[in-house]
Amino acid sequence: MTPQPDHRAIETAFHAGLWSPQAPEGHDPKRFSVYRNNVQHGLVRALAARFPVVERLVGPEFFAAMARVFAAQNPPRSPVLLDWGDGFPGFLTAFPPVATLPYLPDVARLEWLRGLAFHAADAPVADPAALANADPDRLTLTLAPSAHAFASPFPALAIWQANQPGARPAPLPAGPQFALIGRTPGLDVTCEALGADQTTLLRALLAGAPLARAAEGIDPTPLLALLLRHGLITRIGETA
Amino acid sequence: MIPSVLPARAGLGFKPEHYAEAAAALRAVGFYEVHAENYMGAGGAPHVMLDRLHADHAISVHGVGLSIGGAGPLDDAHLRRLKTLLDRHQPESFSEHLAWSSHGAAWLNDLLPLPYTDETLATIIAHVDQVQSVLGRRMLLENPATYVTFASSTWPEVEFLREITRRTGCGLLLDVNNVFVSAVNHGFDPEAYLAGFPLAAVGEIHLAGHEADAQLGAALLIDSHSRPVAPPVWELYAQVLARTGPLPTLIEWDNDVPAFPVLLAEAARAETLLERARHDAAA
Amino acid sequence: MSNKTLLAASIAAALSLTAAAAQAQEMEKCFGVSLAGQNDCAAGPGTSCAGSSVLDYQGNAWELVPAGTCETMELPADSMMHARHGVTEATLTAGNYGPGVNRDLPEGLDAAVAATYMPTMM
Repeated sequence: MTPQPDHRAIETAFHAGLWSPQAPEGHDPKRFSVYRNNVQHGLVRALAARFPVVERLVGPEFFAAMARVFAAQNPPRSPVLLDWGDGFPGFLTAFPPVATLPYLPDVARLEWLRGLAFHAADAPVADPAALANADPDRLTLTLAPSAHAFASPFPALAIWQANQPGARPAPLPAGPQFALIGRTPGLDVTCEALGADQTTLLRALLAGAPLARAAEGIDPTPLLALLLRHGLITRIGETA
Repeated sequence: MIPSVLPARAGLGFKPEHYAEAAAALRAVGFYEVHAENYMGAGGAPHVMLDRLHADHAISVHGVGLSIGGAGPLDDAHLRRLKTLLDRHQPESFSEHLAWSSHGAAWLNDLLPLPYTDETLATIIAHVDQVQSVLGRRMLLENPATYVTFASSTWPEVEFLREITRRTGCGLLLDVNNVFVSAVNHGFDPEAYLAGFPLAAVGEIHLAGHEADAQLGAALLIDSHSRPVAPPVWELYAQVLARTGPLPTLIEWDNDVPAFPVLLAEAARAETLLERARHDAAA
Repeated sequence: MSNKTLLAASIAAALSLTAAAAQAQEMEKCFGVSLAGQNDCAAGPGTSCAGSSVLDYQGNAWELVPAGTCETMELPADSMMHARHGVTEATLTAGNYGPGVNRDLPEGLDAAVAATYMPTMM
């Protein structure tokens, strides 16, 4: 009598079979392929939920095939799929069949940042009145955990916008494009186009620089107005 | 230990695209069920929606990520995430699957089948004990839909589940569609399966639609959650209710999700059978 | 005017811009974006014949081409210049996309802005 494989050996054989054309020994290949299909289909759909504009740009059939390659090379390490996919923009940069769409990795990065903003921790909005009362030279601003700076040498924001439901066709601007991404108190994830100097300012604020230092040589009015309008300042303080 | 107790009504799986209608459907829906892992982000809309639904409805948190049937140890980080989620939202019920889905560090993203042996029984009992003790809750464990079986199995599935519930005190989630799908796929009698099922431990029932496999046809059913509940599954469900009285009953629809009123119509159909069971129980 | 006065004026301007916008924002109380849940317990709409197709990328066997809205995305000529350059970069640095990769940068940008091109979450 042959010894029965233990559970660990069965798991190893299943795992291998899920990512190869070969079913584990002792199982009907057709029946086993239901599991292979479930795993791959589930991961493709999870990636499409996170990168809907990338899927729209390349079409669902191409996206599904490409997502399978990504999933095979970058399988999730956690059951929480909302954390999976941070390597997808980098994968797109190196995937030869999309080399003709050099803006695609940046569109994916924009979608990833939007997802981060969507799931970011909640933080109460600071009372803007504190801004008027503070000493401008010592002012420090803490931004919401959902706030991110986005930059692309391509018109990636315009491409993303052109692929939103109901978007009307319009000529794309030239790159580069910059954006503030964040989640409003109404829970909308917003993408606001920024100038290059405002992006420099935003990155300095995100890194914790006091406003006066971050805004050296830059008029901070446009960014401050956007941050206030979208409730993205969570603390207004002063350096000692 | 916090029990898992939902109202003996028809419930629906919650889909964010139905949020406004779902929050407004007060008397038509007895509870909403969500997949735990979709609410493990730090903040934002998912938690706000869940809080809002919870104001008027019981909530069932249904995990798909613990890999309770895995040979290796449970993922401590994931168990902590689950504890954080359950502490935050205080749902009326928590359930998971008799299946495995992690292997080493890899997450395989499906509810995979396991042999029913003394070895796997001991592992699962230890895992369920650990889950219930860390969460401070009585959990429900769901019977799987399977496409393969194992020559090494020495326990019938029903006896395996009965032994787990006897040894751990956990409750069971009886997925009637899974029973039907597995029965067709493996050629057993679903009524005989249900006749032996430890119904006293059942805290919730799942109903869902299935599909015939595109290649093998009606010989292989797929648990696709993409269609209305099939007539033979409604029939089996009615037979179960005749023995148990009314039980919390979820309509699962996860692929090709229809408009909310279609889900409400499925819930109403379950509610009709629940009402009959309430009436029979009172008679 | 001192820097301090300028900064105070900017803050005052930003606050007044915000007060005007606040009323408009009261209107949008619904959740404009709801990401679909990504974890599921259903089987794929299923067939036993799918799932054994392309399992990994092999250049010579890959016949699919992007066929979505990318076909209608016409980049202005100067963007296309970056684009062509980007293709070369992407191909040369395949598999090694990180802060060390020298992406194509438009002229006249300062170093701090140039740094924003680098992916931050690899």
